[in-house]
Amino acid sequence: MKRIKHELVEKNVGWLAVFAIIAISLGGLVEITPLLFQRQVNEPVKNLQPYTPLQLEGRDIYIREGCVGCHSQMIRPFRHETERYGHYSVAGEHVWEFPFLWGSKRTGPDLARVGGRYSDEWHHVHLINPRAVVPESNMPAFPWLAENKLDGRLTERKMRAFRTLGVPYTDEDIEGAGAKVAGHTELEALIAYLQSLGTALR
Amino acid sequence: MSSFWSAWIIVITLGTLIALMLLLRWNMTNYTGVEEGEPMGHEFDGISELNNPLPKWWTILFWLCFAWGFVYLALYPGLGNFKGLLGWTSSNQGVLSLEESRQAVELAREQGLNVQYDRERMHAEEKYGPIFQQYASLSIEEIAAEPEAVQIGQRLFLQNCAQCHGSDARGSQGFPNLTDGVFNWGGKPQDIYTTIMKGRNANMASWVDALGEQGVVEVATYVLSLNGRSVDRDVARAGEAIFKGQGTCFVCHGSEGQGNPMLGAPNLTNNIWLYGGSQKAVEETIRHGRNGVMPSWENILGEDKVKILAGYVLSLNAE
Repeated sequence: MKRIKHELVEKNVGWLAVFAIIAISLGGLVEITPLLFQRQVNEPVKNLQPYTPLQLEGRDIYIREGCVGCHSQMIRPFRHETERYGHYSVAGEHVWEFPFLWGSKRTGPDLARVGGRYSDEWHHVHLINPRAVVPESNMPAFPWLAENKLDGRLTERKMRAFRTLGVPYTDEDIEGAGAKVAGHTELEALIAYLQSLGTALR
Repeated sequence: MSSFWSAWIIVITLGTLIALMLLLRWNMTNYTGVEEGEPMGHEFDGISELNNPLPKWWTILFWLCFAWGFVYLALYPGLGNFKGLLGWTSSNQGVLSLEESRQAVELAREQGLNVQYDRERMHAEEKYGPIFQQYASLSIEEIAAEPEAVQIGQRLFLQNCAQCHGSDARGSQGFPNLTDGVFNWGGKPQDIYTTIMKGRNANMASWVDALGEQGVVEVATYVLSLNGRSVDRDVARAGEAIFKGQGTCFVCHGSEGQGNPMLGAPNLTNNIWLYGGSQKAVEETIRHGRNGVMPSWENILGEDKVKILAGYVLSLNAE
């Protein structure tokens, strides 16, 4: 013991880095690594469908507009959450999410099961000006979504990337996906995405 | 979890804890060869490091943390497949459908498993179940006359319905006012209940292709004339001919424009307008059609709550 001195890490940045990496990785090795091999985080819920091309584009708009900054997509197993939002989120619903959009901030409500809760028309009005339907709302308006059109240029490449990550898209799914979304407004895509959220667990 | 991963977690977790304890123990002995309180031999700008022991309060706190850690790992699931002495788990995370979720709850109840979320639900059921029970046997009209039920209904309404129909239930453009006694899908208690339970899909087609721009204006003018507006009589007469003839508007809205709750076709004579009652707005409705959607709440709220909501909506229309 006597020969090991603090000087070893205090004066050699290389050793400091090595010890720091070991210390930091222990938590991850215990908490993350085993999960990669567990059934319950890798098996999709029974009715899980991959996003349609339009929903997929809508998801990217959700990410672009930073919706995740104010809306979580994670219903925790507490009664006061499930009474409001529905059944708590389970791992199998998120196995094809890259990256997941669970979020950690709820300025607005959780959206994990918003699909089917409101009509398309409501989302349309609400996204263009939330105050038109909910006077108390402090959500920003997103009027440009109704004007911007999708060109579908990258849709097929995105789907291929997701397939590489394990989302079961078939060749037929990907074939012509860009043409399917081209001409739709970003608003339509976003609404299609929102209406799909949380509907797989049934 | 396979026994390999279980062992993996146990070895690393306990190994880390034990290694940290050894590290702490090691740092509590003075191995430097320098007397306690004496300078360590380096000095910067007149500040020198003294060989002081670890603060006592900090060391005790550290040992207490270890004790806490071991107690926690004994009681709660933290070591691989070991479920902990309390048998505690937060929820049934492995379920793949709502059916499996229900089965898991049943199983936990039968075997007396310690699933925190299920327990929370059971306690709530014991507390609130009787309240809903007493309304389950009442008719919707009776619920509407029960002040406490109406208050519960209002809470449910503010939580789930106000987003579209407004917190005062007076609606907004495209979302019906629920306080004016006018219900496109029928205002009888059972109709309201069905509307909330199953949802509704109204479907007014776009008529500009069939009627032409001129026809749209004429029909809109006629519809406004049914509501006592002063309009150009000739235009209205032309609109009436379309309404009752080739336009086939009468099929849904009735020959007098009185509407048809079976189809959700609004009454066009009561001067109540879901999408606006100006000449422009009515033209727009005819031109491009309207597709009002009421979502189904059966799976979200369930029968008991929907019944109370129906009672609440009914109470808003009581004279």
